[in-house]
Amino acid sequence: MTDSMQTDSVDPGRTLLAVDDLRTTFSIPAGDVKAVRGVSFSLDRGRTLGIVGESGSGKTVLARSIMRLNIGSNVTTTGTATFAGRDVLSLSMSEMQEQWGMEMAMVFQDPVTSLNPLVRVGRQVTEHLRSHLGVSRAEAHKTAVSLLNEVRIPEPEARLKAFPHELSGGMRQRICIAIALACEPTLLFADEPTTALDVTVQHQILNLLGREQRDRDMAMVLVTHDLGVVAGRTDDTLVMYAGKVVEQSPTTSLFASMRHPYSEALLRSLPRTSHASHTRLAAITGRPPDLIDPPSGCAFSPRCPYVQDRCRDEVPPLTTGGSGDDPDHAFACFTPVGSPEGAEAFARNVSDGLPQAVAVDLPTGDQMSAPLPTGNERIV
Amino acid sequence: MLPFIAKRLVRLVATLLAVSFLTFLLVNLLPGDAINALIPIDAQQDREFVEQVREEWGLNDPMIVRYGRWLGDAVQGNFGDSIVTSRTVSSEITHRLPVTAELMIVTVLFSVMLAIPLGVMAAYREGSRVDQVISGMAQLFLSIPGFVAGLLMIYIFAMKLGWLPATGWNRFSNGLLDNLKTVILPALSLALIEIAVYTRVVRSDVMNTLQENYVLSARAKGLGNRYILFRHCLRPSSLTLITVVGLNIGTLLGGTVVVEFLFAMPGLGKRLLDAIFQRDFMMVQGITVLIATIYVLVNTAVDLIYMVVDPRIRKAD
Repeated sequence: MTDSMQTDSVDPGRTLLAVDDLRTTFSIPAGDVKAVRGVSFSLDRGRTLGIVGESGSGKTVLARSIMRLNIGSNVTTTGTATFAGRDVLSLSMSEMQEQWGMEMAMVFQDPVTSLNPLVRVGRQVTEHLRSHLGVSRAEAHKTAVSLLNEVRIPEPEARLKAFPHELSGGMRQRICIAIALACEPTLLFADEPTTALDVTVQHQILNLLGREQRDRDMAMVLVTHDLGVVAGRTDDTLVMYAGKVVEQSPTTSLFASMRHPYSEALLRSLPRTSHASHTRLAAITGRPPDLIDPPSGCAFSPRCPYVQDRCRDEVPPLTTGGSGDDPDHAFACFTPVGSPEGAEAFARNVSDGLPQAVAVDLPTGDQMSAPLPTGNERIV
Repeated sequence: MLPFIAKRLVRLVATLLAVSFLTFLLVNLLPGDAINALIPIDAQQDREFVEQVREEWGLNDPMIVRYGRWLGDAVQGNFGDSIVTSRTVSSEITHRLPVTAELMIVTVLFSVMLAIPLGVMAAYREGSRVDQVISGMAQLFLSIPGFVAGLLMIYIFAMKLGWLPATGWNRFSNGLLDNLKTVILPALSLALIEIAVYTRVVRSDVMNTLQENYVLSARAKGLGNRYILFRHCLRPSSLTLITVVGLNIGTLLGGTVVVEFLFAMPGLGKRLLDAIFQRDFMMVQGITVLIATIYVLVNTAVDLIYMVVDPRIRKAD
């Protein structure tokens, strides 16, 4: 039900990655953690996809599942992930080894821990070049220098001789990007590439990734908790909540009209420079659901300002809106934002005094009447 | 680098002073008298002769004076004479040190070279049959004392199979092969526990390193498992091993005493044991100071190796 909408409009020759009903479960003593619960999407060559969600929404696990990097005997992944015509989920580990770095690469969240502290930058940039492509030491060195130039690292020769701790965080992330690009992959996963960095550097790194993606005509999946990051940088966006896709849309259409209450709440929780200073952050009340025993019905229902009785019992399917809506814009909600049902549900919840609805209804900036934090609020 | 070495030298001197004084004190506190080693019991009837010998060896002076005298000589490279053999302590040591040193070096090399692949393998296949076998063996080796291992080795390899000599020592100068033949069994007896300890240390460190993000990113680059294990995991996982090897030198020196006795090897350990029993205080003093020096030097070397292994320490020091 979820996969039909995207695949129709897609030319199979251009499709690079098609994920269908992917589910990943971690078995731990407390039970089965269902981190990804049936995600489907497809990505064309040279296109970009943003995956957005708060911590624990399953976005990193999803990316790592497609790359087969969730290691451990307690992980099970089902579904298919067809990459360049082959289902990577059924490949052996040695076949994956040929994909890693060569076809799919990943830039990780924390550049400080992603580089081996005891190995010089030079070897870390060139080792997979040499093992995958069998190039000589001198040739690999030359490639490394041009890669470092490309990611705007000054004095590349000297940097290659350095150890990671001798470089700044932003510089290290540039190195990680250079490593990921070294073998010219067709698909790049960037898993929260700027979360661990200074705000001033974040912008530069995102621009660098965007430029490389365009110049190389490489497909990119940008995983982030920050809706502001995907705005204007990705072609399509998936919003994930509790291991499921709640909204899936071309990014422009998403920002033009957000339909899922969770997407709206995520956007509202971003601090804005246009707000008066000391404005209370519009945090999403409540906490992410238990993934061992997810709530019945819509997983967001316990926190949703638009919630109705139906939402608590029935899982809303991922569907497109009515006529006049973007046919590629899908969402999983019975009372979507901007619909008459939604407005009605919200008004009813406010008059019933439902806490999450009342919290939203308050004009932002009005501190005096704002409710005190409940203590289990989570700032996304 | 230079201030580091200077600091270490000061520490070495301080350690040696403390160790030599404490040893002097302890030997002095032991019941029994060095005079028994110097003169046979029946000749001790002659009070005047005994007194003369005591005076000659300076046994009548207060301890602190004797220590001062020993220290003064030692600084000039004279560690005195053995009461029992009347050879100089220095010649006795230079004669016997190579035996013990070779035994220890072979033991350490053998156990580290075996423990690293075993530990890495067990960590990589954590929980598997391979890991269970390796960990089980380590547990077993850990509970076999050196002298039991030695006796077993003699029984199996010397008596039953007749591959190697049970006792004795062939000097290096007698040919490498003959020399190795006599060092294998003693070294193996000492190495069993070392292998067990080092394997466990390597296993647990590699298991921790495998959780590191940089191992995940190495995997995401498509590097081979063996390459990741030995070129990315091993170095960060070797710091504990290096520390434990350094600290274990002391235990190992203790172990050589028993093993040298068991295999009748002319090493320092056996000589130290004899010297203690015979109240040969100059000998005890000389060997103890030597052991302390080795210990301090080895652990200084360990600190230097840290810097080679981990560039972040280089910067901090």
